[in-house]
Amino acid sequence: MNWEVVIGLEIHTQLSTKSKLFSGAAVGFGAEPNTQTTLVDLGMPGALPVFNKEALRMAVMFGHAINAEIGMTSVFARKNYFYPDLPKGYQTSQMDHPIVGKGYLDVTLDDGTTSRIGITRAHLEEDAGKSLHEDFHGMTGIDLNRSSTPLLEIVSEPDIRSAKEAVAYVKMIHSIVTYLGICDGNMAEGSMRCDINLSLRPKGQEEYGTRTEIKNVNSFRFIEKAIYTEIERQSDILEDGGKIVQETRLYDPEKNETRSMRSKEDANDYRYFPCPDLLPIELTEDYVEEIRQTLPELPSQKAVRFQSEYKLSEYDANVLSSSRAMADYFETANSQVKDAKLTANWVMGELSKTLNQEQLDIAQSTVSAEAFGELLIRIKDNTINGKTAKDVFQAMWLGEGSADQIIDAKGLKQVTDTGAIESMIQTIMDANQAQVEQYRAADEDKQKKMIGFFVGQVMKASQGKANPGIVNPILAKMLKG
Amino acid sequence: MFDQSISTLAAQLRNKDISSVELTRYFLDRIAKLDPQLNSYITLSEDVALKQAAHADTQIQHGDASLLTGIPIAHKDLFCTAGTLTTCGSKMLNNFIPPYESTVTGRLQNAGAVMLGKTNMDEFAMGSSNENSYYGAVKNPWNLDTVPGGSSGGSAAAVAAGLAIAATGTDTGGSIRQPASFCGITGLKPTYGRVSRFGMIAYASSLDQAGPMAKSAEDCAHIMQAMAGFDDKDSTSSETPNDDYLSNLNAPLTGLKIGLPKEYFGDGLDAGVADVIMAAVKEFEKLGAEVKEISLPNLNLSIPSYYVIAPSEASSNLSRFDGVRFGHRCEDPKDLLDMYMRSRAEGFGQEVQKRIMVGTYALSEGYYDAYYLKAQKIRRLIKQDFTNALQEVDVIMGPVAPTTAFGLGSKTNDPVAMYLEDIYTLSVNLAGIPAMSIPAGFSNNMPVGLQIMGNYFAEAKLLNVAHQYQQNTDWHRQTPDMAKGA
Repeated sequence: MNWEVVIGLEIHTQLSTKSKLFSGAAVGFGAEPNTQTTLVDLGMPGALPVFNKEALRMAVMFGHAINAEIGMTSVFARKNYFYPDLPKGYQTSQMDHPIVGKGYLDVTLDDGTTSRIGITRAHLEEDAGKSLHEDFHGMTGIDLNRSSTPLLEIVSEPDIRSAKEAVAYVKMIHSIVTYLGICDGNMAEGSMRCDINLSLRPKGQEEYGTRTEIKNVNSFRFIEKAIYTEIERQSDILEDGGKIVQETRLYDPEKNETRSMRSKEDANDYRYFPCPDLLPIELTEDYVEEIRQTLPELPSQKAVRFQSEYKLSEYDANVLSSSRAMADYFETANSQVKDAKLTANWVMGELSKTLNQEQLDIAQSTVSAEAFGELLIRIKDNTINGKTAKDVFQAMWLGEGSADQIIDAKGLKQVTDTGAIESMIQTIMDANQAQVEQYRAADEDKQKKMIGFFVGQVMKASQGKANPGIVNPILAKMLKG
Repeated sequence: MFDQSISTLAAQLRNKDISSVELTRYFLDRIAKLDPQLNSYITLSEDVALKQAAHADTQIQHGDASLLTGIPIAHKDLFCTAGTLTTCGSKMLNNFIPPYESTVTGRLQNAGAVMLGKTNMDEFAMGSSNENSYYGAVKNPWNLDTVPGGSSGGSAAAVAAGLAIAATGTDTGGSIRQPASFCGITGLKPTYGRVSRFGMIAYASSLDQAGPMAKSAEDCAHIMQAMAGFDDKDSTSSETPNDDYLSNLNAPLTGLKIGLPKEYFGDGLDAGVADVIMAAVKEFEKLGAEVKEISLPNLNLSIPSYYVIAPSEASSNLSRFDGVRFGHRCEDPKDLLDMYMRSRAEGFGQEVQKRIMVGTYALSEGYYDAYYLKAQKIRRLIKQDFTNALQEVDVIMGPVAPTTAFGLGSKTNDPVAMYLEDIYTLSVNLAGIPAMSIPAGFSNNMPVGLQIMGNYFAEAKLLNVAHQYQQNTDWHRQTPDMAKGA
């Protein structure tokens, strides 16, 4: 049977507010357990939530970025369930009246195809704490530092039809929230987590199949692998004439399999109702418009500008604008170099390669955009050639100094003095008279092949510093005799 | 001395006729002698009280005192008091010592008031008789065989018996007014949002409101002056500026329009109570007020509406008592579920468990629309009834409760009869308006309270109306015999 996969994603994005959604406690990763908590996060009797307006501003920014309707009146609701790291016995979330309503994103795949993914809603909610099962000798430790951390839950329509499309969509959300500066995008620390709703149906069938939900997948790679694994599992069952059980599953990246967490029958009745401790959030048109005005340039807008302003290819423009940090790095460097193609090649080439090897983000680059620009200027003005520049870059990466300092210290400046190059060539010709004779006897085609030998000798003698643009014509002329 | 007004005592303190430490010791002695008969306190905070009293004396010495400086009061045991046991009348919290101070108790402390202790109450403020306390029932000082009303029964009994000058209470469906009525004292439930709920252990968040309980409207005004006002720690607290509750007390009542809702005088109202209320209304007419009959047509829907909304909110509010972080945890739990179930079954009393179950049911999938949403619609109708009526009249008057204090144990097996006790008080909470209970006479030797209801943020008006009545009557100066025994 030819199956069509239907995917909807719920992405939990941690908003990078200074303090929590309903308390003044600081938000941070990796602090000592229960040190970043207030009465509110601990669920103390009598403690009351106070809404963080910064989270509201961020949610509205996101709404604008996905072309969504903004909820002019949105309401916090309580989602009631018992869990040890849920200190109040309910999570404050939004149900009937979310802050962000219907919107969409146009997602472009690597093969250039574009599809529109509908976004049902995005709502504000607080995170729970963490249960720690190790080191407590059969007991469970509770860390409430994360309790009441603000999340924006972004719910897509079931519009996604492949793992690649899912990853492209998540990457796009990731790029938007980091562009907006509303999320640090650090997936390893849980700043973005994804629930995958997936079902299969025979191609051409309108009705959806029974879906499963894979909870809490936290990397692009795992999202892709979890989807492939779940598609395979579901299609195996369906091919054998079986039925899919509606349930919540967990993806295990080590075994690359999903396994059942709980079935629909065990699902909680969350008894949502409007939170009586918080007033409805009423927005004014002015407020919403003011945020629209202050919205930064978004990735898709930036990619278009890079093509027109810098004459970059669509591919280069898309890669460079995929993260705000990379786009900023490119633009800062290029403001000095003023050669967009050269800068683009080096940012996407040597710099990205090194970052990947070191598993670092561009924001963590040891070479600043300014320093990087200075290096590229030395290529552009022929002080060094591209090959030497790679060595200079590696030295810069290791902190040996600026491009100019390294070029000076290592004497890497290209030899552009024609007299010096002529005498160097003369010495090489004298030492290789037989080759010179052969060259002079050969026809033009053969000569073109043979000249490489002499270029190599010059480069060797100059320790790579001879400028090939100058060497080549002089060499050709002198060999001719 | 126990029946003196706050302003008289404040003058004596300033004149150094007495020190706050002496006054505090006097009340602590009275409590030691008389409270065994009443059980109105759960916790006595003797050390805290004497420390605060000594501090108050220093302030008075330095001429740095407010009217409440050095005045001994009591707090209902659902206000979190830093370092002092706060039980909410429940076994669940019999070991809970809050690490922080509620806004209400903090403000009163800042105003110089001395905390004698924490008063008994129905568990988690659920009850109309104070028989639902894990720490035992409270007796009514006017007749030890009757209930003091609830849920702020301990506060009402303590003030009536002269075991505190004044006390804080909370009112979710009548919990200040009904015990004030039963015990013959003055109590005010302010407009929802007038007093901060921060640090008040929640029963039903959209209805709970703290207020003063004292001998007179004037004393209530002094307490209100300190406790009311916007608090940025409570999102539902109102930014409307406070009125001055004292400056308007003596305004004449000439031309005051009083509405008597006919629904408050129908079947079920005890004849003796009705007589007292009508006599009080006559008194107001003598003071120049005009009386007219009005209608609050949805009154009878207030009980079903309240008993859906309040338990729904309570079922969620009380989820945090799970044995994980504070409060009671069962012995040797087998697993997580066992810990939850046994901790809660052991920690909560019957009435609390009943309301949690009712609320859980009302919020459940498939029932939500029929119960919770419907109740919210009724709530809007009730609110509209009051808004309409208060366009015609300045205040609304009627009984607080259908009867005087009933016998201990007489209604514990009849929950519907118990819930009907609140018929005249619930709608005020559903609407969010302020209301008072003031002593208006006796029926069969038991006090009867007159209820005065007003428009949103009209506390100053209510206190003025009550004060004028009290200037011309002495029902609020009556003292139960047991209080004279020490």
